[in-house]
Amino acid sequence: MRVVEKSQLMSATEVDRTLQRLAHEIVEKSGGTKNLALIGVRRRGVPLSQRIAQAMREIDGVEVPVGTLDITLYRDDLSKVAAHPVLQSSDIAFSVDDKDLILVDDVLYTGRTIRAAMNALFDLGRPRSVRLCVLIDRGHREMPIEASFVGRMVQTSNTEIIEVRLREVDQEERVVLVERVE
Amino acid sequence: MLWIKNGRLIDPASGTDSALEVLLNSERILAVGHFAEISHEVANRGGECEVLDAAGWIVAPGFIDLHCHLREPGGESSETIETGTRAAARGGFTAVCPMPNTRPVNDNASVTRSILERKASVRVWPIGACSKESKGESLAEIAAMKKAGIVAVSDDGRPVATAKLMRQVMDYCRSLDLPVIDHCEDASLAAGAVMREGQTSVRLGLRGMPSAAESLCVIRDGLLAKLTGARLHIAHLSTKDSLEFVRGSRMHGCQVTCEVTPHHFTLIDEDVVYDSNFKMNPPLASREDRDALLEGLADGTVDAIATDHAPHEPASKAVEFDKAPFGITGFETALALALEQLVHTGRIKLMRMVELFTTGPARVLGMARSIAPGQPADLTIFSTDHAWTFNAAESPSKSRNTPFDGREFKGAPMATIVAGRVVYRR
Amino acid sequence: MNPAAAAPLRPGGTIAAENSPRDVVSYRFRNLLAMEPLTAEQILFLLDQSKPMQEIQRHPLKKLATLRGKSVALAFFEPSTRTRISFATAASRLGADSMNLQAESSSLKKGESLLDTVHTLDAMKPDCIVMRHSSSGTADFVARHLEIPVINAGDGTHEHPTQALLDALTIRDRLGNIEGLNVTILGDIQHSRVARSNIHLLGKFGCSFKLCGPAMWLPRELEQIGPPGCSIRRATCMEEALVDADVIIVLRVQQERMNEPALPTGEYVMLYQLTEERLKMARPGALVLHPGPMIRGLEIDPAVADGPQSCVLEQVTNGVAVRMALLYLMMGTPPEEPNGGGPAAENKFYRPNVT
Repeated sequence: MRVVEKSQLMSATEVDRTLQRLAHEIVEKSGGTKNLALIGVRRRGVPLSQRIAQAMREIDGVEVPVGTLDITLYRDDLSKVAAHPVLQSSDIAFSVDDKDLILVDDVLYTGRTIRAAMNALFDLGRPRSVRLCVLIDRGHREMPIEASFVGRMVQTSNTEIIEVRLREVDQEERVVLVERVE
Repeated sequence: MLWIKNGRLIDPASGTDSALEVLLNSERILAVGHFAEISHEVANRGGECEVLDAAGWIVAPGFIDLHCHLREPGGESSETIETGTRAAARGGFTAVCPMPNTRPVNDNASVTRSILERKASVRVWPIGACSKESKGESLAEIAAMKKAGIVAVSDDGRPVATAKLMRQVMDYCRSLDLPVIDHCEDASLAAGAVMREGQTSVRLGLRGMPSAAESLCVIRDGLLAKLTGARLHIAHLSTKDSLEFVRGSRMHGCQVTCEVTPHHFTLIDEDVVYDSNFKMNPPLASREDRDALLEGLADGTVDAIATDHAPHEPASKAVEFDKAPFGITGFETALALALEQLVHTGRIKLMRMVELFTTGPARVLGMARSIAPGQPADLTIFSTDHAWTFNAAESPSKSRNTPFDGREFKGAPMATIVAGRVVYRR
Repeated sequence: MNPAAAAPLRPGGTIAAENSPRDVVSYRFRNLLAMEPLTAEQILFLLDQSKPMQEIQRHPLKKLATLRGKSVALAFFEPSTRTRISFATAASRLGADSMNLQAESSSLKKGESLLDTVHTLDAMKPDCIVMRHSSSGTADFVARHLEIPVINAGDGTHEHPTQALLDALTIRDRLGNIEGLNVTILGDIQHSRVARSNIHLLGKFGCSFKLCGPAMWLPRELEQIGPPGCSIRRATCMEEALVDADVIIVLRVQQERMNEPALPTGEYVMLYQLTEERLKMARPGALVLHPGPMIRGLEIDPAVADGPQSCVLEQVTNGVAVRMALLYLMMGTPPEEPNGGGPAAENKFYRPNVT
């Protein structure tokens, strides 16, 4: 099975601009940033959340704490994989109680990852609210989950995959649409 | 009549190693010589005879196994005299000496007789117990057993319990002209041990017995043999110290003989893994011990190779190492291991190996073993290069407890002849 | 395309490394029977995977659904409270259930063979068996007859691999690393599976060892059981053994595994108790570990047991974390073997590395 690139959805500049815009939106629509906190979902949600926090700092002068969340242990499909995926630690240095959390991830698809992320968050404490911010929403939801802050909506089919490549992780920066080919 | 043709005759008693043919009937060997002489004999005796073509093979006197366990009476789930002797025949043995640790113990004439009455593929020469039930307390009915047919005494499975009893047994057996065979072990040092004490036992976390457990008892017995003038035979000798003592005591005129098992000259304690097929008593010894045994086999200190064939039904061995009974089977791999470890490596000559299976054991028992007119019609015919793989599942023995399952060998028994009959043919 | 599927299977260890999609090398463990066959990389992997588990124990809500629906059979043929509860807790934290077999009430007492008992347990379809037994080699023996993973929770005097892992995790957390340390082990080392597993584990990281105790419990061969090049020295004198120690592992005096003659208690306390005075002979800040349960006043002075250098409580907490990591790693769907069989089909035996 190979993957073939079909088109580029976002260039590096477009990714950057989108993150800036998302940072603004979050600050505007949060009615005060006192209890705000960003939680990046591993793997690529982490650099995204850090860049959004950075943007908030630069443009709006607002300091928002950032945590990282590893949701491996909360996945619902572990009984189906032959070898359990490598665990990484979560790292949330602040208490989540009474916070307005913004979960940040790269792609929203079936919604299962976010379902697992919420389980993880609620094991840590009792946030006041949880909203979701994603770079790409590609539809095909299997859970009743919606993102409040979306970089771009893209219609996709089930054989297509959206790859978000970020310079912190992938040594390049762009969003591409690829297709599985037999 | 049976005519063995084209073989290479090796007869240690006469030192013969040449292409000679043998004629025999069901009672004895009739003639040994070249084709012409044998034809003549055959013609003289009526001309009717079967022929066995031993081309490419060695024709030796019938092998004797001085030490084995046939389990009957009492342990028939592991082996019977019938199944055990079939396995022995497959191993090239024409006579086997089963130890008395049966249930009941062979400590009286009626048990001896019942053993001798059983159907067997090869000759069965029972060894009787030294003490009643081998408990080490009082003498068994040795004279009556001798009359019934035992060829030696032993309390094997255990050592003869005390020096005092051993001395009494030796005195008595000297007067009866029976050899005393001892399983040499100091019970206090060996208590609870399941393998040889050493690097491997410490690593595996298994309790070991030091080599002194054997040698201490060998020394005890040797000194008593010197005192009493008895014939002492050390069963399954396994340590360098024991061997050196035997060598030394002979120099003082003691009649001490000894045997070594194939597994003791093949494997060492480093080979042990958590598999009860590596658990036997005496345990697999150190590299140094094994090297000493190989030397002793070559220089004549060791008199015989004996198998200590110890069958245990599969269920009883399929337990954790600590709990498993001691012992492995041995009839069918003995010759192949001897060829592999001793002859093919150049350590000893073929003649010497045949000695270790024939005249050596015979001498321990006070008898002769040779291929000559008038001698019993027992022959072992074997190949030194036939390639085969030992498959324990095919054995006629009821038991499968061997570490050699699947081992590839070069050389095997090809035909076993007992009392003129071919009891095994490959 | 899994290169690991073609690698030979070894009980006590692993199928070789494979690259997960995250480009981090991960290891699959078929069984965990011993520390001896593992590589330093595999051990570090296990320690790293224990970290998220340590974290979970700090959550207000400690229960996950990760292994929901899975069950762990706890087959303890030798009495044990702490280790058994530790494994049961680990299972429960990850949402798995445990089935309990305890020696006192076991069918073994009625004469059932070990294999039969284990097959009976296996027939109840657990996903993993954790086994403790008083005979060495039994975990290996059982693993060869079962398809499901086996974790050795202590076999006779042979190994106690999870103890070594939790000790290493504790040492690493306190000292920052486990490399090149001077480790002193005190007590009945000959009969200690904890000592052996610790030597096998820490020995792979360049640690050196001093073994101290009464001469009857210190056979010469212990100096050779580490990996090649590993320095192991015996000492019958505490002072000699404790000098320069970074880590001191105090073993308990094991009534149930000792050979005669037992050493009179007074003798042992006089010669080998780890007192505050003796502890001062080690490096400042040297760690004191004990596999538990401790007999205060026998092998260890209560002041030391409760002192700042003692790690015994962390060991217990880390024990749960390490066991959670192991259960997580081993209770996936059994891997597909190219030759279609489990350890029984492979017929490979645990073979100690002989130098």
